[in-house]
Amino acid sequence: MGLAAKLVAQRVALGLLLLFLVSILIFAGTLILPGDVAQSILGQSATPEALANMRRDLGLNEPAVTRYFSWLGGVLHGDLGTALTNGRDIAESLGKRLSNTLFLAFWAALLAVPLAIFLGLLAVRYRDRWPDKLISGVTLASISIPEFLIGYVLMYFIGVKLGWAPTVASVYDGMSLGAKLHAIALPVAVLTLVVLAHMMRMTRAAILNVMQSAYVETAELKGLRMFKIIWRHALPNAIAPIVNVVMLNLAYLVVGVVVVEVVFTYPGMGQYLVDHVSKRDIPVVQACGMIFAAVYIGLNMIADIVSILTNPRLRHPK
Amino acid sequence: MTNKLDYLKVQAAMGRMSRREFFGRAAALGVTGAMANTLLAGAVKAAGPQKGGTIKVGMSGGGSGDTLDPALAANQTATIVNRMWGQPLLELEGVSGLRNVLAEEYSSSPDAKVWTFKIRKDIQFSNGKPLTAEDVLATFERHAGEESKSGALGILRGIEKMSVDGMDFIVELSSANADLPYLMADYHLIIQPDGGKDDPTAGIGTGPYIVTSAEPGVRFTFGRNENAWDDTMGFADQVEIIVINDDTARVAALQSGQVDMIDKVPPRTAGLVARAPNITVHSKSGPGHYVFIMHCDTGPFDNNDLRLALKYGMNRQEMVDKVLFGYGSVGNDSPINASYPLYTEFEQRAYDPDKAAFHYKKSGHDGPILLRTSDNSFPGAPDAAALFQQSLSAAGIPLEIKREPNDGYWSEVWNKQPFCTSYWGGRPTQDQMFSTAYYSKADWNDTRFNNAEFDKLLIEARAELDQDKRKAMYATMGGLVRDEGGLICPMFNDFVDATSARVAGYDESPSGYGLMNYYAPAMCWVAA
Repeated sequence: MGLAAKLVAQRVALGLLLLFLVSILIFAGTLILPGDVAQSILGQSATPEALANMRRDLGLNEPAVTRYFSWLGGVLHGDLGTALTNGRDIAESLGKRLSNTLFLAFWAALLAVPLAIFLGLLAVRYRDRWPDKLISGVTLASISIPEFLIGYVLMYFIGVKLGWAPTVASVYDGMSLGAKLHAIALPVAVLTLVVLAHMMRMTRAAILNVMQSAYVETAELKGLRMFKIIWRHALPNAIAPIVNVVMLNLAYLVVGVVVVEVVFTYPGMGQYLVDHVSKRDIPVVQACGMIFAAVYIGLNMIADIVSILTNPRLRHPK
Repeated sequence: MTNKLDYLKVQAAMGRMSRREFFGRAAALGVTGAMANTLLAGAVKAAGPQKGGTIKVGMSGGGSGDTLDPALAANQTATIVNRMWGQPLLELEGVSGLRNVLAEEYSSSPDAKVWTFKIRKDIQFSNGKPLTAEDVLATFERHAGEESKSGALGILRGIEKMSVDGMDFIVELSSANADLPYLMADYHLIIQPDGGKDDPTAGIGTGPYIVTSAEPGVRFTFGRNENAWDDTMGFADQVEIIVINDDTARVAALQSGQVDMIDKVPPRTAGLVARAPNITVHSKSGPGHYVFIMHCDTGPFDNNDLRLALKYGMNRQEMVDKVLFGYGSVGNDSPINASYPLYTEFEQRAYDPDKAAFHYKKSGHDGPILLRTSDNSFPGAPDAAALFQQSLSAAGIPLEIKREPNDGYWSEVWNKQPFCTSYWGGRPTQDQMFSTAYYSKADWNDTRFNNAEFDKLLIEARAELDQDKRKAMYATMGGLVRDEGGLICPMFNDFVDATSARVAGYDESPSGYGLMNYYAPAMCWVAA
């Protein structure tokens, strides 16, 4: 396994380099935006004196490069700094938000991934017959509708009309797991509907591709049952593209759920990031951006490694 | 039937009969649902405040960058949160009155330059420390000091010296101001122990509640303040304020019973929301207004004929109907309406394409006029701009609309570009409104209005203690802004809030902001 270890080390090093470049990009990006944090905090009620006082207190009079390196130094020491807007410790507030986002993503993934793969297998089994068409039709429809609209529709029928689930997914410390799961029922349902189609279609396509192979025909001629062929023979060989698309969707569940978080008022990372971008709170934006980038890079790295390890041709390159 | 209904009302209000039961029996007597709701609300109010329970509020405007420091409060969530735990010296009441809160009484010297506020005795902060005049002094020092970042810094500029004498807090002004007590009701000026100099975000004050948890931009919870002194508020045992910025989500939370009251019901859907049997929509007129502002010192708007042409080209009633969906009233190109004390009514300026064309021709201007707008300059601003474009084109005036991004609108467009859309929340007095935005030297003189007569009257009126003379002066000033200023004010927007039948005691009359000037969670009670 020396080769695999070397591979992982290489990928991690590349990932870190990428993160560093991302941090420069984010910093530069926030500098381009009009207005600064002092103006955004004081808003329409800013007087020149109050602005000057606040800029001095927040250290905004330092040159941008100095600010970037002092931030970078802090991060390398594990200190994300404090938010400019409310003076709270970023690591602490972010930790809570991140765990909320991961909590939501975890339950959505737990529901969506097995369901998508199962539906994909089912679609292959009944290819071009009505179950296949029904599954494809429904999932494609749900991915085509904007997620906020699905959110509102579920909110109206399930939340307001039937009263089965709360329309505001507020979770906080001291809630039991059951209460939390009840609170996030609707956002989990929306996220599942949004990511289902992509994974399901990819599973279906990848397996159908393998189903053309000669060894599948052999298995068929051996008299194996169709579902067993798909499960035992086709799926393992189709795993690489499926893992890829699953990882992409997991990354989406973490970094792309801003809209769902806003609609259901879920206290996750996306909402936190948007608030602070509009306030030009650079340290927070940096911290969020780094975490999002790390999640994205990490999950894609896992997808790469898994697809290499599951493919003997890539595992043993000539 | 009347007696029977009265009996039912009392039973329901006392909690001996459920709401559902009340509605059912009232229906049997031939009373419609909406009518029954009104009856019940009246009865519940008559039965008096009930203690206990939890009131949940869905609020817009909060962000995760908010803090509990009252000096930095800049949105309605921060305001309502601070009002749960803290109190000012004075608070607005009725149309033009003031209620003594932490100040027991106040008086001024005959020239309105020295004001004395007598602080109430035997009041404790929620941490047990007694309230003293020194705490009040320290609070004002923090807000008005050199180092201050407070949103109230601007209105405290006229203060020359502050001092304490026993329980008296004395303010000396550099120039007379008959309206100083109104400034004390500013939402930033919450009295904190030692002025909050040690920890401005501690959330310790004299209000009816204490902060039990604070997650900015998400949720704030409050429990009873055992040291509270004011028995006109603080009926529920707990208050929960949940930040729900999405309009649809906020309304859905009220409909599904997750919250008991919400602010800012979108006017577009308010009519639909009000149809639900257990929800009441409250609409309250206020001093807030949506504006189109021109810089009087920048071409082509430096020509009064062009300004008049644009003013006559505005169809105000159409704006109220189509942008506010009727939840508002027409403006008259002055920032003052009937919600201000000492208001004088002017002849209503109406849409008149002929006059607009006449003044446009007289101005000699040629070519399109550029108006900048954005979604957040006021709700429906781009629609309003398009309507304005159409009403102007009937007078042959070409208007070009440039849509600006929400982000950075207040720092890059408003008060910088010569013609844009914006809004004002209004101020408690005419003096404040005029000094904030129409005095030639004001930072926020966003129409660049520079009129010597206006400035002179503003200073004189401030020192004038004779109300009739003041009223006449304000009428003249309003007229100057209306006929010569750079303000096109098509509409005054109402505050539209909603409550569910679970809470009682809602009163639409307090002046100031929506949700009972943001005291609703503390002044309402749980009905059932």
